[in-house]
Amino acid sequence: MLDLSKYQSIGAALKDALDRFAGEVCLIEADRDREKERLTYRDFQQRAHPVAKALQDAGFAAGHRASIIMTNQSKWLISAYAVFFAGGVLVPLDYKLTPDEQWQLLDHSEATVLITEYPIWRQLSVSTCRASAGVQTVLVTEAPPNVELAGAKRLEEFRTQGEPVFVQRKRSDTACIVYSSGTGGRPKACMMTHENYLEQCVALTSLYPFWPGVRYLSILPTNHAIDFMVGFFGPFTCGAAVVHLRTLRPEYVREAFPKYKITYVSLVPLVLKNLQKGLQARFDALPQGKRRVFDALVAINKMLTRSQPRLGVSRLLLKQVHEAFGGELRAIIVGGAFTEPQTLQFFYDLGIPVANGYGLTEAGTAITVNDLKPFRADTVGKPLPGMEVRILNPSGDGVGEVAVRSKTVMAGYLNDPELTAETIVDGWLMTGDLGKLDEHGHLQLSGRKKNMIVTEEGKNIYPEDIESVFEGLPVKEFCVFAANYIWPKRSMTGERLVLALHLEQGQPYSDELRREINARNQRLLNYKRIHGVVLLEEEFPRTASLKIKRNVLAELLAELDGSTAVLPL
Amino acid sequence: MRTLEQTTQEVLDLATKHFQLPVGSLAPEDDFFRKLGIDSLQTLEMLSRLENHFGIELPDYEVQGVSDFKTLAERIQSRL
Repeated sequence: MLDLSKYQSIGAALKDALDRFAGEVCLIEADRDREKERLTYRDFQQRAHPVAKALQDAGFAAGHRASIIMTNQSKWLISAYAVFFAGGVLVPLDYKLTPDEQWQLLDHSEATVLITEYPIWRQLSVSTCRASAGVQTVLVTEAPPNVELAGAKRLEEFRTQGEPVFVQRKRSDTACIVYSSGTGGRPKACMMTHENYLEQCVALTSLYPFWPGVRYLSILPTNHAIDFMVGFFGPFTCGAAVVHLRTLRPEYVREAFPKYKITYVSLVPLVLKNLQKGLQARFDALPQGKRRVFDALVAINKMLTRSQPRLGVSRLLLKQVHEAFGGELRAIIVGGAFTEPQTLQFFYDLGIPVANGYGLTEAGTAITVNDLKPFRADTVGKPLPGMEVRILNPSGDGVGEVAVRSKTVMAGYLNDPELTAETIVDGWLMTGDLGKLDEHGHLQLSGRKKNMIVTEEGKNIYPEDIESVFEGLPVKEFCVFAANYIWPKRSMTGERLVLALHLEQGQPYSDELRREINARNQRLLNYKRIHGVVLLEEEFPRTASLKIKRNVLAELLAELDGSTAVLPL
Repeated sequence: MRTLEQTTQEVLDLATKHFQLPVGSLAPEDDFFRKLGIDSLQTLEMLSRLENHFGIELPDYEVQGVSDFKTLAERIQSRL
């Protein structure tokens, strides 16, 4: 079992790993069918140290904040290590956010350094929001020669002579500031400590271990808590390798499995479901005789793996399926959103365990994970070692709010003690999710208490974050809600946002207004869009400071019939 | 060399065929997520078809945030 107890920080654990596994491959980067790069831990160190030294020479010191906005690639991890080596705090941001949103979060995080890619910088540099952020140094990678970088430096040229000095940090110091939401409203910047990551890494690798030779295919964005842990910190502390693909087209992802003999991959439910659809279509296309043989082999595999996975047996029985995945795949890690049990069962029946779990950025990635002893498709698994899970105020059927206490729970939200106090009560993290623990200690989720949705792509959307797009709408007042928050549903899938409207006296819900709402909706990224409108004829309840009382308004809306009240756009 | 109009039309024709829609049912300004009811993954599949058709490589970042056929055609045009 991995022992990280002697380390005080992410940087210290990584530094040691880079020395210990110097000759092992740590990174493979491919673009379509071309392998671009293959680095050993020694190579990685040699690339990261000059960046760390140049950062230090530029005045970057312990506790200073540096943000990375990049697609998944080697320089993401190299830059992150350089930041940790120099004692910095990393602010990983989603490269899919709009430039304005990225500047807003850069400003909020008080990052002084930004490390990014040229295509992203091209858009960021022309955003009008740039002026408000306190970023002093911008490092851009992969910029074509001779282009003007609008005040930024080339990462490739950012180096100074000499060796950097490793900066010690304490376990309780902030290692990363991770945004779980808040691009349009109140930012939720989770302050994750070094201890959070060290503890989570030990807990996760106790169930899904890494070792030299293991290859992890990194598809989820590395700024996401899951990929940061299982696509960087976890494999690196154990000497394993991470494979990055610069193009995430399904055909190249498929090719990567056999080509690089992938051991683990993390996917969001949407991609897993798509994979299932593709496989199912191929099975359905088999000639009748072959199909019968195949079905029989699946049945035998199911029988033999009832109590636990038996990879050797499954690979032998269902050779072709496993070879399509490279023949080395040990598990698919799924996260970011709720996965339907039948999808999990589909893969398990083929001898490919899906490590289904449940987690929150605030809790340090995963809270529960299926330990496969035996596999259960109907739950999100048992609490990881070191995690205490409680169900608060359970109803008759045992369902209540899930609360968590662990060394992996964040220190709090940056610059928001009020929200921190609401979220962490007496050391317990209030998840806002509803569920129950069964007699075997497995957690079953059944809905949300909080006003938000999680898409199948693993995106958390808070209504407050998208409301600004509807500002100035010609109506008396409006408010965005998660439909399930108004009309509670025992479901974690098919979640939708709706726009509640209170029209002016005598104002009809006209085609013109509908078109206006549609046009504004289009300005949002597709996964953030609302799916319908709910009309309320009453004044929205407000606080003394005239803020909408969302919970009271939701109760008013709940009196409407949910099946007919939502008007399509 | 194709004009932007020709490229746009070819993009629309290809999407119409790929998603088996009636001819003429797609317009340049249409949001393909909404109109085709597709997700980000299916969009990537559509992009691969477009790359093969036009004989170009369209990096993922070029289509980041693009949701209408017209802008997509412009990005393709810039690489022809």
